[in-house]
Amino acid sequence: MAEPKYRSVFDIIGPVMIGPSSSHTAGAVRIGKLARALHGMEVERAEVTFYGSFKETYRGHGTDTAITAGILNMEPHDERVRDALQLAREQGVAVEFLESAQEADHPNTARVRLMSDTHMSELVGISIGGGKVEIVEIQGFPVHLSGDVPTVIIRHIDRHGMIARVAQVLADYAINIATMHVSRKAKGEQALMTIEVDEMPPDEALKAIHTFDGILGAHLLYLP
Amino acid sequence: MRFQTIEALVDLATRHEMSLAEVMIAQEMEVTGKSREEIIRRMDEQLTVMERAAGRGVRPETRSQSGLTGGDGAKLLRYIAQGSHLAGEDILRAVALAMGTNEENAAMGLICATPTAGAAGVVPGVLFAHAPRLQATREQMIQFLFTAGAFGYCVANNAFISGAQGGCQAEVGSATGMAAAALVEMAGGTPRQSAHAFAIALKNLLGLICDPVAGLVEVPCVKRNAMGAALATVAADMALAGIESRIPPDEVVQAMYEVGRRLPVAFRETALGGLAATPTGKRLHDLLRAKEGLESYDRS
Repeated sequence: MAEPKYRSVFDIIGPVMIGPSSSHTAGAVRIGKLARALHGMEVERAEVTFYGSFKETYRGHGTDTAITAGILNMEPHDERVRDALQLAREQGVAVEFLESAQEADHPNTARVRLMSDTHMSELVGISIGGGKVEIVEIQGFPVHLSGDVPTVIIRHIDRHGMIARVAQVLADYAINIATMHVSRKAKGEQALMTIEVDEMPPDEALKAIHTFDGILGAHLLYLP
Repeated sequence: MRFQTIEALVDLATRHEMSLAEVMIAQEMEVTGKSREEIIRRMDEQLTVMERAAGRGVRPETRSQSGLTGGDGAKLLRYIAQGSHLAGEDILRAVALAMGTNEENAAMGLICATPTAGAAGVVPGVLFAHAPRLQATREQMIQFLFTAGAFGYCVANNAFISGAQGGCQAEVGSATGMAAAALVEMAGGTPRQSAHAFAIALKNLLGLICDPVAGLVEVPCVKRNAMGAALATVAADMALAGIESRIPPDEVVQAMYEVGRRLPVAFRETALGGLAATPTGKRLHDLLRAKEGLESYDRS
């Protein structure tokens, strides 16, 4: 039996959230929050591009407010979601919304690019309904993540021994790898590891991975 | 204990002489590794959120930011109290509470999606209207939500539950089927009767498009939740009377999926067709955009 898209009864009777739309509000908060987790630091500037149904109706559903709430690290049921645009202005986070006429594979697609100082991170998320989301692209690499299971995202330079080192750190912290995917732009260029793990890796584990030469970033994506 | 189809769900319940709710709880324990107590406690919390949302939503002063919706749940409750209504009191209360919950959602209140926010009124509306006369305990109300969740789980994994993918049939359609099935169980029906109630309900909402005026989850969503609650109640009664769906529930889900896939994009939550594209729908859209423009001018 293949692993179902919706695993829990609380994916159906839930989430508890600020209205008005599970896909356009709650799902958008989650996409923003996953982008913030990938970025791993305070955000200075954000650029959000909407496609499809998101593009047509983001104002009415408050998708812009919701995704901003996520970028500010809020949960879908946080009462402050309603005031996220105002809060972003107060915190000095500049958020820009763009509309793309490009056809996306899924009607509720958003591209979130976060910037602070010299750091830039980017993901593409789709909101599949009932507040569930899938991340389909990270830093230009195609991925397939839901945020339901702890996933370590490692950006690195494609060179020998990287996978072994990362796997060793996880082993040292007694963390079991469930699945692992590695992709690269070209030989010797930027690469991305996505590692689904059975246990929550502590911050020290991620820091230990980060110290290796050639590792550009190590972050945990997990929104249970 | 794992199921992905309604047939498997009903089969498990019948073979093990368990309620549908218990099958859902058993699967949840297996999938998440959480204890029964923890899972039930969480559903209790979802129930509390629904109670509060319905309660707040039926206050006469509830209004969305756009002003398009609010106060209709309250109107219907007042009308019921006058005693001259045509339909039965419980079915009208289900309609009123469904509308109230959805009005609260439109007002950016705290709600529990069932299975989505746009369709969040149907399940609690049906539950809260019929629980008193069925003398349901809180425990049975929690079981109602597990049963509703079990059916929604099958729809979500075999078709879709978002208006952007499948139209309103995927949202209010799914919610109505879920509520009908759970109501049958709360009223003492068999798992098989629950499945028939689900099928009868969803069949009657096949093809329902998602055409929100100005892109807001308000018009026609609030009134579609209203009719979903009414339809769920009638479908439950029909199934309890022994009426069966000729088309099995899983095939109805498949049909919903096929219909949704073939719906033009204008009818899938893009606000480009249906009621959103009527002269009044377009006028409301323009009016609200102008208002939004003024507000963002004020802010900057």
